[in-house]
Amino acid sequence: MSGVSRQLVFEKIAHLVLALIAAIAVAPVIGIIIFLFIKGGPALTPEFLTSMPTNGMKAGGIFPAIVGTLYLVLGTIVFAVPVGTLAAVYLTEYATQGRLTRYIRLAIANMAGVPSVVYGLFGLGLFVLLLQMGTSLLAGSLTLGLLVLPVVITAAEEALLAVPQSFRQASLALGATRWQTIRRVVLPNAIPGIITGTVLAVGRAAGETAAIMFTVAAFFLPTLPDSPFSQAMALPYHLYTISTQVPGMPEEIKWGTALVLLLLVLSFTLTAAVVRARFRRKRRW
Amino acid sequence: MVTAEAQKKVQLQEVNFYYGDFKALEDINLDIEANKVTALIGPSGCGKSTVLRLINRMHEVAGRTRVEGRVLLDSEDVYSPGMDVVGLRSRVGEIFQKPNPFPKTIYDNVAYGPRLQGRSSRDELDGIVERALRQAALWKEVQNKLKTSALELSGGQQQRLCIARTLAVEPEVILMDEPCSALDPVATQQIEDTMDSLKKDYTIIIVTHNMQQAARVSEYTGFMLIQETGEPGRLVEYGLTSKIFTMPDRKETENYITGRFG
Repeated sequence: MSGVSRQLVFEKIAHLVLALIAAIAVAPVIGIIIFLFIKGGPALTPEFLTSMPTNGMKAGGIFPAIVGTLYLVLGTIVFAVPVGTLAAVYLTEYATQGRLTRYIRLAIANMAGVPSVVYGLFGLGLFVLLLQMGTSLLAGSLTLGLLVLPVVITAAEEALLAVPQSFRQASLALGATRWQTIRRVVLPNAIPGIITGTVLAVGRAAGETAAIMFTVAAFFLPTLPDSPFSQAMALPYHLYTISTQVPGMPEEIKWGTALVLLLLVLSFTLTAAVVRARFRRKRRW
Repeated sequence: MVTAEAQKKVQLQEVNFYYGDFKALEDINLDIEANKVTALIGPSGCGKSTVLRLINRMHEVAGRTRVEGRVLLDSEDVYSPGMDVVGLRSRVGEIFQKPNPFPKTIYDNVAYGPRLQGRSSRDELDGIVERALRQAALWKEVQNKLKTSALELSGGQQQRLCIARTLAVEPEVILMDEPCSALDPVATQQIEDTMDSLKKDYTIIIVTHNMQQAARVSEYTGFMLIQETGEPGRLVEYGLTSKIFTMPDRKETENYITGRFG
C-alpha cells in the first residue's frame, strides 16, 4: 500500500516540476512581448507606421524600414523557395540514397550552422563586389536567400517524404513518368508543408541584421527603393543603428521599432501555424 | 496446356530475380493465358508479389534489383533495352493491396491516367471516366458525386475506384496484389464479381492469400513456395485451378491446399 501511495506522490511531484520547467521555457517569450508592448506600445500610431523618419530619425515614422524589410522578404522567397524546393525534390525523389546524398545533407546541415555575419561577408564579397550588384536589394535578397536555404530545403524534404509512397506507386503504375508523378501527385500534397517551412524561414530572414548590413541596408534614405538595385532601409538594421549610432534617440521610438519587428516575425510564425493546422485537419492519409 | 502460343499473354522463362545480393526467385517458368484469371498462391514471403512486379517492372522503383531470364509480354521481352517502361506500365496495370486513391476527386482519380496520355477534352474524359467506373461496378454508387473526394468512399469502393483508375488507361493485363486483403466479405464479393466481368477484355493475374478466393475466381493457379528462410521462391506447380485444387501433382501443393501449413 505505502509503495503505491509513494509512487502516486512521486508522480504528482514529477508532473508539477515538469509543468514548471515548461512554464520557464515559455515565460521569456511572453515576458518580452508584454515588455515591448508596455514600452513601445505608445509609439505604435498609424503615423509611426506610415511616415518617413524626420529630424535625424529622432522623430517621424519607420515606413521606409518596413517597406525595405517587406521587399527583402519577398526577394528571399523568390530566390530561396524555388531553389530549395527543387533541391529537396532532387534529394528525395531522384538521387540514389548513398554517399553523395549523405555529403549533400551534411553540407546543408553545416550551412544552417554558419553564423549570419559570415553570410553577410560572403554576400558582400560575391554579390556586391565580384558580381557588381552593389549594395542593393538584389544582393541582400540573394544573401538572405542563401542564409535560409537550409531551412527551406529541410522543410521541403520533410514535406516530400511525408507524402505516402503508395501515391507514387499508384502514379507510376498508371504509366506516369517520374516527373509527372512529382508534378501531379507529390508536389501538390507537399505544398502545405513547404509553405510552412518557407514562412518560418522568412521569419528568420525578416529579423536578420548581420547578413544585410554589408549587402543592402542603408542608415537613412530620403526616398523608398525603386528598383532591385536600390539600397534600402530595413527594420532590424534600423533598430541597430538608432540604438547605437544616434545620440539622444527617444526611447519609445526604439521600443516601437522593436515591437513592429517582433510583430512582423510573429505574424509569419502564426501564419505558418495556421497553414499547418488547416492542412492537418483536411488531410486524411 | 494445349492452347496456342499466340494466346500466351505473359511468359516468364527461366527467371531468376535478386534484391541486391539476395536471390528472391529461382527458375520461374510461367505462361499466362490471355483473357483468363490466373491466381498465384503460396505462403507469405514466397515471392508471389515479386513475380507480379516483374511484369510491370515496378520492382525497379524500390531499389537495386536484377533480373535474369526472360519476361515476355505478347512475345516481346519486357527487359529489352529498347523497352519503354512508361508505355509498359500503361499496358500492364496494377491494383495494390491497400486501396491507394489519390487525395483528389473521384473524377480526377479516374481521369489521371488518360490525362497523362495527353487527353484533355472534357467530353472525351467524361466518357472514359463513366465507362471505367461502369466496368468497375462503381458508377451507380458515385455518379452523383464525381466531384467529391475519393477519400470519402468506403474501403471497398476505394478499391473499385482504383480498378476504374487502372481501366481508364486501357491496359491489356491487370495485376492484382491481394486486392481484397484489406476489405470485408461483401466488398470482397463485389471485387470478385468485377474481376469476373473484366476477364473477357483483360488478362488478370491475382496474388492471394485466400485459397477459396483463388478457387472461386481463377482458371489457372500457380503455387509458389520457399523451402527455407533465405532460399529463393520457386514455382512448385502450375496448372488448371480445378486440377490444382482437386488432384495436385505435388505433395507440397496438397499440403498447402489442405491447410497443413502456411
